[in-house]
Amino acid sequence: MNDTTSTVPGWVNPLRDPRDRRLPRIAGPCGMVLFGVTGDLSRKKVMPAIYDLANRGLLPPGFSLTGFARRDWANEDFAQVVHNAVKEHARTEFREEVWKQLAEGFRFVPGHFDDDTAFNTLRRTIEELDEVRGTRGNHAFYLAIPPGFFGAVVGQLKEHGLAQPADGSWRRVVVEKPFGHDEVSARELNETLAEVFPSGSIFRIDHYLGKETVQNILAMRFANEMFEPIWNSNYVDHVQITMAEDIGIGGRAGYYDGIGAARDVIQNHLMQLMSLVAMEEPTSFDAESLRIEKLKLLSAVQLPRRLDLTTARGQYAAGWQGGEKVVGFLEEEGVRKTSTTETYAAITLHVDNRRWAGVPFYLRTGKRLGRRVTEVAVVFKPAPHLPFTRAATEELTHNALVIRIQPDEGLTLRFGSKVPGTQMEIRDVNMDFAYGGSFTESSAEAYERLILDVLLGDPPLFPRHAEVERSWQILDPILDFWARKGRPEPYESGAWGPASADAMLARDGRVWRRP
Amino acid sequence: MMELIDTNAAKIAAEFVAARTRAGSPAMGMVMTLVIVVDEEHAPDAMAAARQASHEHPARVLGVILGDGRGAPQINAQVGTGDGWTGETALIRLKGEVVKHCESVVLPLLLPDSPVAAWWPCDAPDNPAEDPLGRLAQRRITDAASVHRGKGRAIHDQCSAYSPGNSDLAWTRITPWRALLAAALDQQPLKVTGGSVTAERISPSAELLVAWLSDRLKVSFGRKSSQGPGITEVRLDTKEGPIVISRPDGRLATFSSPDRPDRPVALKRRQLPELLAEELRRLDEDDVYAATARRLVKLHRV
Repeated sequence: MNDTTSTVPGWVNPLRDPRDRRLPRIAGPCGMVLFGVTGDLSRKKVMPAIYDLANRGLLPPGFSLTGFARRDWANEDFAQVVHNAVKEHARTEFREEVWKQLAEGFRFVPGHFDDDTAFNTLRRTIEELDEVRGTRGNHAFYLAIPPGFFGAVVGQLKEHGLAQPADGSWRRVVVEKPFGHDEVSARELNETLAEVFPSGSIFRIDHYLGKETVQNILAMRFANEMFEPIWNSNYVDHVQITMAEDIGIGGRAGYYDGIGAARDVIQNHLMQLMSLVAMEEPTSFDAESLRIEKLKLLSAVQLPRRLDLTTARGQYAAGWQGGEKVVGFLEEEGVRKTSTTETYAAITLHVDNRRWAGVPFYLRTGKRLGRRVTEVAVVFKPAPHLPFTRAATEELTHNALVIRIQPDEGLTLRFGSKVPGTQMEIRDVNMDFAYGGSFTESSAEAYERLILDVLLGDPPLFPRHAEVERSWQILDPILDFWARKGRPEPYESGAWGPASADAMLARDGRVWRRP
Repeated sequence: MMELIDTNAAKIAAEFVAARTRAGSPAMGMVMTLVIVVDEEHAPDAMAAARQASHEHPARVLGVILGDGRGAPQINAQVGTGDGWTGETALIRLKGEVVKHCESVVLPLLLPDSPVAAWWPCDAPDNPAEDPLGRLAQRRITDAASVHRGKGRAIHDQCSAYSPGNSDLAWTRITPWRALLAAALDQQPLKVTGGSVTAERISPSAELLVAWLSDRLKVSFGRKSSQGPGITEVRLDTKEGPIVISRPDGRLATFSSPDRPDRPVALKRRQLPELLAEELRRLDEDDVYAATARRLVKLHRV
């Protein structure tokens, strides 16, 4: 779409009208090449998302999907793999005609990442698709593979002329988090990609943080009048950002051991959430303006001086999680018995600006905790004066506004209310708003939005490398500190983390919310 | 589901609150009121469609069956929550004199300070915006393809009576066609010199598609008949050759355009719940439908 419009300057499609909000934007002619087709990510997320997009009528006619992997498969075998993945994991109903639209566009190229012949075959496959499916030289490369292979693959793409688009067409690349494991490696990774693809063609996805969620947060903060006046240190006591998982590391020991909770979740997901919740209002909602505000916020983030008192980390021990007996981290298959990788991390951050001075942000994440939940809790100061007896307000805590990210996305407002019938007794109550089951029944899932953004060439709301590097700058001193000092504290599976995390908040006179 | 015999609006409203409390959740998460004006025969289908649409738009759904207007007034209602509904529902049967004053039953039951949509699943008033129930709503949804009498003229009548807030499911049905046609010109910015729409002999959607295309492209479009189902082919002529989307089976279409290989594309005819859900997504005036309705009236005047 971009390609053709750019060749005819001033062309305005007469069938489009900005007021015509029923019409969705459909991607222009294009195809996608998927590296790592056998992984969970491809089967559970990417393939179903492609089907769902087609089912919603958002994929162009002729869209083609090429798989690349170390398997001895024919095109039909690959189509069967996609078929199974779609049947099992797609969110929308399976319909034969939608499958037919996609079916003729499946190709498979067997080969290793260092195999020149395979990449030659890939180039010929893409050229053939341009011919018979009309993909017009527009292709996205989705790297659903470990970051260690990124260099090899993009190098091959460059060498075999796959990365350079012909005039009037595009080539794009999609990579998943983690974006490196510290500032230096993040920069190296970025340089590897930037050598081959211009920055506008690199799409980084943080799949925890869908565009829909980001936009919900922005709408809540900036479309309403009632939140903004209290969104500052005059009224906010502190902010807790939590991402808890009930599962352990599963079969991902190879990936997780040595990475740990802070690198896996805090650096990208929680810091992105923090910047969205704390940033100033952007001048507009395009990707660039958002990025400026997020980066400004991250630049104002400071670490406390005493990292030993303001951070906590842990490793899950054996125990019971949700009624199932589970092993500890060190007993998981593939984990070194001496591993000091943390599965729980909590940190304290300060934001040195007028709005947030003196308001600590507590970020925590962990595996094998009580339940799966992601939320941001803005906890308010107590009322300056309570015209009640002490006994009346004994059960009243702080007011809080909780942005629930998952599951059951929505808002919770906690405030005090009189208990009916009593003389005067005030207790916390919750008021809930849920997006889920209401508006979102048919709204696109994070992967759908991302893939559509890639195909449309829409700049995504996902972080660019400056944000990624700044987040590492914030986190690196903590990681260094932890590496120098001791081991993570064991914590019981199925509960809410190590005692040191509770002590960390207790020092500030606060407690963690039970999410 | 609670049966209320010989009731009134206040008792129905009280039953809503009671049902919510029984369900253990007195909070209301509903975003609108949907008033369905329907006859006894079509009420079950219409309520089923509203139930499915309620998953995307939690609403208080008020089904209103207008019975015989003679004799003593009587109001019976079935009130309920749950059972696959995300909101509340009441099916209200009116008989006798109260039929002429049905808005007096509906008005007290509208959710406070939230939008109201009215939907006539089959026969609609000639002027929905002037209808006593239509006046309560800011969105009025008719369905020219489902009327019992005068099907050939129904969409023309609705377009003539257009007021801001009106919409017809015949228009909703062609959204996927319009999306695909717009995408075709996104991909190949060609000047359209003419074309045609082929569909069943009586097809309000085809008339609207012709009107929309001629309104946007400023050229005239032919209207051809086929056995259906629905719209079977749309053709845009250009100097470079025609862009054709043909869908003989109502499911899978073939997309052809100049200098490009033919490609299959799923273009399934959508069911009522999907249409209703799309219609309820936006409750402000549909400017493009307004322009299309004006064009349709003009085309038929000539």
